[in-house]
Amino acid sequence: MTDSKAPAWSGPAEVFAYKRLSEPYHSLTIVSPEVCRRAAPGQFVALRSNDRSLLLRRPFSIHRVDRRPGWAGTVEIVFDVRGLGTDLLAKSRQHDALDILGPLGRPFRMPREPTNCVLVGGGIGTAPLLFLAEELRGHGHRVDFILGARTSEHLLRLIEAKRVALTVTVTTDDGSSGQRGLVTDVLGDTVRATNARVVYACGPVPMLRAVANVCAELRLPCQVAWEEVMACGFGACLVCAVPVRVDREDDEEGWAWARCCTEGPVFSASRIHWDRVEPVPSTEPAAGDSA
Amino acid sequence: MSRELVPQIEPRLEVDLAGVAFRNPLLTASGCFHYGKEFEPYVDLGRLGGVIVKSLSVRKWPGHPPPRGAETPSGMLNAIGLQNPGVAAFCDRELPWLVERGVPVIASIVGTSVEEFVRVADRLRGAPGVVALEVNISCPNLEDKSRMFSADADATGAVVRGVRRVSTQPVFTKLSPDVTDIVEIAHAAVRAGTHGLSVMNTTLGMAIDTEAFRPKLSTFTGGLSGPAVKPIAIRCVYQVSRAFPDVPIIGQGGINSGEDVAEFLLAGAWAVAVGTSNFVEPTATVRILDEFREYLLRHRIRDASQLRRMLKEG
Repeated sequence: MTDSKAPAWSGPAEVFAYKRLSEPYHSLTIVSPEVCRRAAPGQFVALRSNDRSLLLRRPFSIHRVDRRPGWAGTVEIVFDVRGLGTDLLAKSRQHDALDILGPLGRPFRMPREPTNCVLVGGGIGTAPLLFLAEELRGHGHRVDFILGARTSEHLLRLIEAKRVALTVTVTTDDGSSGQRGLVTDVLGDTVRATNARVVYACGPVPMLRAVANVCAELRLPCQVAWEEVMACGFGACLVCAVPVRVDREDDEEGWAWARCCTEGPVFSASRIHWDRVEPVPSTEPAAGDSA
Repeated sequence: MSRELVPQIEPRLEVDLAGVAFRNPLLTASGCFHYGKEFEPYVDLGRLGGVIVKSLSVRKWPGHPPPRGAETPSGMLNAIGLQNPGVAAFCDRELPWLVERGVPVIASIVGTSVEEFVRVADRLRGAPGVVALEVNISCPNLEDKSRMFSADADATGAVVRGVRRVSTQPVFTKLSPDVTDIVEIAHAAVRAGTHGLSVMNTTLGMAIDTEAFRPKLSTFTGGLSGPAVKPIAIRCVYQVSRAFPDVPIIGQGGINSGEDVAEFLLAGAWAVAVGTSNFVEPTATVRILDEFREYLLRHRIRDASQLRRMLKEG
């Protein structure tokens, strides 16, 4: 059972398995019953390799957990190599020791009534959505996926998505798989065809912005999982700033920086102050590789 | 020799800084511990010597856009932009909780003019639980072409004099290493009546993403902290303490072990503040404190303050 009210757990953990997925992606499964028990979809872990050549932890959204009875619980993350931190983790092998802090952040909010849900994943952004899909299905909700990527190789865990969802619609920039184009080209039709009442999205900022726009037009609630460079992961450093709307009573300017790590990483799309989100994608994260 | 056979005498950790008694010399550095709440699940805050809170301005400061952080070799750059809700909101919403935890609070204050510093200090007059002020002069002076207060002896003196005029608590001035002669700035602060000195703030740095052809921080330059800056901080503490042996110094810069604490005290610090390590390891403070106690036991040092006079310079 999940125990998501308990505080984050911090301590040593062991690599259970390292796997190379399709070309850009790596998978790391970590034995950590403490984190596994508490984790909910949308939350993340902050990892530090026992190779002390790097100072800061790296945040990764939780891709899956395995709570099989009789086993020590495991947590799986997937990532692409973006800097020294992810490069180091990509060299991990079974039995390697590392330090884990988690689960951190606010999870996706689950619908209270049985609801049809569309999950939109862009590239590596699909990572937390598989965990979410499994939990949604477990609670009797309908799940339909839209997965977008640059090429077919950048589609993350397509087979697994097909297993858990009723339908999977694929778009790629180059047409190497599914429909050529963007996830938002098919979002409206998918929502109508599935009679969806909520949209969950994770991916690059331009995709999240486009998904949020479509959902606003369709008057559909939408939750987005945000990615930002982090240093601590638990709210102390204020590095991971996300612009959000605030009531003018609280703040004359009507917006403020929220902490991605503790107030997110899952935000209601309508809470993001999109005009203040940088138009260009941020530089390659160095203090945080993925959340 | 077996340690069990030798009775261990618990070393004395208490330290007096400008008339304020701290239970131990381990504080948390401003900006690295927020207002304490985030550490509650990990640390018994009552064990800490004190908490130097994130810098407070007269009104809310929004801070800089992301990206605000980047890792560099053995350190990190930050460009938070002194984001804070303002001193009044801090006193209403954060301070009572922190004081209830039984930990002395040092309020770091910041401003873009002398008057702003004075107004923050004025708001903190007699604030319950605030045992001292730390004046963060590493901030652009809008009345002097945005030059850092910390880079100018006169500006430093003016801020310290202004704060002293209104404050009820002892004042610690936090020096920047980005100066030609840190002793000259320290002297200006001492002349203006500072009770103590915090040595040191971050040093300005920059990093560039060579794949994206772009600076790693939104502001291009930012404050460098972590183990990378420790030798600079040790040097600054040493120079300032030799010039002003009677002025209490809070040493800070890259502390991550009990031995690091000892190194700062040997260099002349009276207390220390742990910064960046808190981000990596939320329990860093208490681990470092335990290690420091072990260090004192191992060297049979009865009183942590003795270290200040134990550096062999001959």
